[in-house]
Amino acid sequence: MDLARISRRLEIAELYADYVACLDGDELERWPDFFVEEAIYRITSAENYEAELPLGLIYATSRNMLKDRVAALREANIYEPQRYRHLVSAIRLVRDEGEAVEATANFAIVRTLQDAEMTIFAAGRYLDTLRRADGAWKFARKLVLLDSRQIDTLLAIPM
Amino acid sequence: MSERTEQSGGVEPAFRWPSEGEARVPYRVFCDAEIYRRELARIFLGPTWQFLALEGDLPEPGDYLTGFLGETPVIVTRGTDGEIHAMLNRCAHRGNLVCLKRRGHTDALTCVYHAWRYDLAGTLQSVAFRRGVQGKGGMPPGFRLEEHGLKKLRVDRFAGLVFGTLSEETPPLSTYIGNLIGGRIHRVLYKTPKVLGTTSQILHNNWKLYVENVKDTYHATLLHTFFTTFRLSRLTAEGGVDIAEGGGHHASYTRNKRDPDPAASDKMYVGMPSMHENFRLADPSFLQSAEEFGDDTTTQILSVFPNLVLQQIQNSIAVRLVLPKGPDKTELLWTYLGFADDDAAMTERRLAQANLVGPAGYVSMEDGAVGGFIQRAIKGSEADCSVIEMGGFDHISDNTRTTEASVRGFWHAYRPLMGL
Repeated sequence: MDLARISRRLEIAELYADYVACLDGDELERWPDFFVEEAIYRITSAENYEAELPLGLIYATSRNMLKDRVAALREANIYEPQRYRHLVSAIRLVRDEGEAVEATANFAIVRTLQDAEMTIFAAGRYLDTLRRADGAWKFARKLVLLDSRQIDTLLAIPM
Repeated sequence: MSERTEQSGGVEPAFRWPSEGEARVPYRVFCDAEIYRRELARIFLGPTWQFLALEGDLPEPGDYLTGFLGETPVIVTRGTDGEIHAMLNRCAHRGNLVCLKRRGHTDALTCVYHAWRYDLAGTLQSVAFRRGVQGKGGMPPGFRLEEHGLKKLRVDRFAGLVFGTLSEETPPLSTYIGNLIGGRIHRVLYKTPKVLGTTSQILHNNWKLYVENVKDTYHATLLHTFFTTFRLSRLTAEGGVDIAEGGGHHASYTRNKRDPDPAASDKMYVGMPSMHENFRLADPSFLQSAEEFGDDTTTQILSVFPNLVLQQIQNSIAVRLVLPKGPDKTELLWTYLGFADDDAAMTERRLAQANLVGPAGYVSMEDGAVGGFIQRAIKGSEADCSVIEMGGFDHISDNTRTTEASVRGFWHAYRPLMGL
């Protein structure tokens, strides 16, 4: 493997680490910046995905829609205080074309509510397309595939 | 079975419904395990129609899917006769689940335990080793296959929705739904639907707290502040609630005057009141609706007693099924719909507007939590009651949404079935 490829792998791994640190650290205002302006972001179940059903539980076709999601969580939506802890593993570059990369990764999210036991809120995988623009990697498309179709109570914080 | 005996002996300690009638609901009905067991028997296995599937879920003979009557598993099939059949998903032999998968295609329903084999209508076709092996064992000579089929449900259809009931007393489905609510179902499901996806929400509350929430037209702009925060709708929008005779079914609706120039997004805010003057969506394009029902009704939330919801919020259409999973647990199954003849732009619009609803919905995520908040709050207060007086004491249709009439209607339908 040439050095450029190794370097890209490290950069992408670092991006995922920063991405989940943002979500888990309640720095949601920073979350849209991980995406390109015309990004597609979708959370759905593996079941919908495998049946080729297009539904998204959260579905955005622009970075501005992600900003609106954060604004709504901050200003409009009502949900109990909660914290995620993302565990991301097995990051794979399934297509590596230098400035454009397709990556997959496994994730599990432990959710902690203020007065309840910790639970494994979600597990699944990311199917992502990334682009390097102005020296920084951004998600052009992020597909969050949940292993279960069941969501406990509600899904507020993005994944 | 004597109704009277079960009534006095079934609920301990016995209680009397408050004299205010449906304007008071004792909290014990959301907590009591005995009441819950009675609901499973008298409502979910009783004389009610319950949603099982969309007709389009079973296009071909041999297609099947599984579902529930309350907590009781059922199988729904498209038989070789082309008809839709439904039966309990419980082998007539020793009670094993016959269908393990949520959906599939098969020639026959065969129990994995002892290979009892049923046809797609649930009639027993064969029993493994019925004649024994090498002249030994086997079923007694008097065993008759036709006496040991899967327990069959009555099945009826309305606007592409398939319902089932175990009771012979349930009136025909169209009579059960009635013209008022039937017309409102047809208004939305006026052509062949297409499934866009499904999801499920686990709610930590009694199933009736979610049904109350659906029927409660009063809370919408108070609990769900998305539209008002971002100045997207008017609290004063014209609307009302239709309530079926008997109270069990309802349809609430909101009508907005059509924007003469819907392409001009800056007009979205004109004349709209707001709680927070400064907030605007950066990309409100996903809310641009296409008028498709011809009546300017932007929202219609409809329920069929006991546990079906049909939602139209702008161009987002979904069927929600409320499944009891214990006195304090409920599963909410969402099926998002479009129509078979939708073009790509309409599908995209429906997918974008699906952001409004579901577990992560801008105007519905709170509904997933508020029932659980109530369930926690009423612990130890089983003898106390909620107060449901908004709009008076009756349960009749009204041209305002500032009413809890349809909530009272639910309890009006519930009480006689339960003997409470």
